[in-house]
Amino acid sequence: MINFAADLQDDLGLKYIQNFYPFQMDILVYKDKVKVALEAYLSIENLPSEVDVDFPVFLIPKDKVFNAIEFLKKDPSLSLSFLTTMFGIHYPDHLGQEFALVYQLHNMKTNERVRIRTVMAKDDLVMPSITPIFAGANWMEREAFDFYGFTFTGHPNLARILNMDEMNYHPMRKEYRLEDEGRSDKDDKYFGR
Amino acid sequence: MSYLKDTGDIATKEYKDYSTLNLGPTHPATHGIFQNVLTMDGERIVDAKQTVGYIHRAFEKIAERKNYSQITVLTDRLNYCSAPINNLAWHMTVEKLIQCEVPKRAQYLRVIIMELARIADHIICDTVIAVDTGALTGFTYVFQWRELIYEIYEEICGARLTTNIGHVGGLERDFTPTAWAKLEKFLDGFPKVLAEFEKLVTRNRIFMDRTLGVGPISAERALDYSFTGPNLRAAGVDYDVRVAFPYSSYEDFTFDIPIGESGDTYDRFMVRMEEMKQSVSIIQQAKAKMPDGPFHADVPDFYLPSKEDVYSKMEALIYHFKIVMGETKVPKGEIYHSVEAGNGELGYYVISDGGRAPYRLHMRRPCFIYYQAYPEMIKGGLLSDAILTMSSMNVIAGELDA
Repeated sequence: MINFAADLQDDLGLKYIQNFYPFQMDILVYKDKVKVALEAYLSIENLPSEVDVDFPVFLIPKDKVFNAIEFLKKDPSLSLSFLTTMFGIHYPDHLGQEFALVYQLHNMKTNERVRIRTVMAKDDLVMPSITPIFAGANWMEREAFDFYGFTFTGHPNLARILNMDEMNYHPMRKEYRLEDEGRSDKDDKYFGR
Repeated sequence: MSYLKDTGDIATKEYKDYSTLNLGPTHPATHGIFQNVLTMDGERIVDAKQTVGYIHRAFEKIAERKNYSQITVLTDRLNYCSAPINNLAWHMTVEKLIQCEVPKRAQYLRVIIMELARIADHIICDTVIAVDTGALTGFTYVFQWRELIYEIYEEICGARLTTNIGHVGGLERDFTPTAWAKLEKFLDGFPKVLAEFEKLVTRNRIFMDRTLGVGPISAERALDYSFTGPNLRAAGVDYDVRVAFPYSSYEDFTFDIPIGESGDTYDRFMVRMEEMKQSVSIIQQAKAKMPDGPFHADVPDFYLPSKEDVYSKMEALIYHFKIVMGETKVPKGEIYHSVEAGNGELGYYVISDGGRAPYRLHMRRPCFIYYQAYPEMIKGGLLSDAILTMSSMNVIAGELDA
């Protein structure tokens, strides 16, 4: 789930770490502003939110993501009208919330950015497509479909993009062993997990 | 697929026979592996269907098994025309994750390298636009200076194309006197050559006829398609990551952000042209203001020690082993860091779970995002204009397909 900024300080013990990114008051204030606006528009109480290094992050229920992004784009006081990027993540260990989608929006006039996260269960990967809001989301959603298997309803052409059409699996899911089964020296435990 | 395809509505008497033309995947005019299945009405393009992914190399998946210093070599192969920007962007991302502050000198040296890379990138794009309009002279003449840029890379890191330049925490070595001499030669000679090239092309009747109003995109559509970089600026939006979110001390330098008006091929060409001049100015400022001090931060857990130390000091040997074997502890966290690469906002989104490899690495590749607007930009135009539009968008297959 959401990693709070405080987590960064956990179990580090590295002596040279300074307060390189001072906790930015502007972003905190901006986060509260967006939070209040989103809560009022989506009628959600206590919308989970945090400031992650230099981004305000909002955890939005998956059925309200489309409305939230449309609101953030069209609201004149926020006008987050540029979709920087979007992509999927797979957390096989988070039961009931195995998949996540991240959207990053940007207001170029005021130079403010927002990150939106949503989580979903592995048997319910259907999301409304945001191509009606951002034309540029077309290929980003195709990429998320290609690599993770999200289904975007209302997408004009939800086909695989980087992998070949005949492929019958979604390669970025953390379900596949990368190495030869017989090898013991490349076990996951050697990668710190 | 039949050669002639029946499309259109018979009832409205707009029924026509369209022909299908397969442009690519390996067409000499597309400068890379791109396939476009064009539906043509005579020589006019009615529709284009793109196929991408011919050189997909699964970087994001590979990165999940590589330790942080090994991922740099993957980033080389994104936009291989300006590999140092990708490398240094990756180092800066990791530095942001481990909260390491790089000394001012290293930041300035990095600025010089990144601006050289930007010039090399724009030289390729702009001279190739000229080639596609029939002017081969610029390509052969200006490319000599790209060669000199590659020699400077070679002095700094030992490689030319896939540079793997720098380390987390700084650069692998300070600029050598030869590197400074070559940089001086570049700063002396290149602006004159660029001025000659500009004189040759920019007010040339043939060039202007071929590029003005070709493949235009409005600022609204460009923003809707998440354009960044010179292509967005050509449409008239002055978004530049170097100014919006300064990194590596870009706030210390004075430079202009050139913008176009109509977002056509000519504007994209001119924006890149002016950016090269601005880059030369940034390099000159960085060189003049170059502070003294170390060229790397004191981060022994991440910065590879020098070979003399490895052979003579115990700590250096331990750290060397730990870094090479990927045993260094990286804090948990999620970081997005973006830089202004040759083609726009190149962003790395790293999710670290404390393991030695990223849990997830997402690369925001500017080419991949703006290339999807290509059919819209070439519709209604001629086939020869479509070729020009593609070369002026500077679509790099490596960055497109990751």
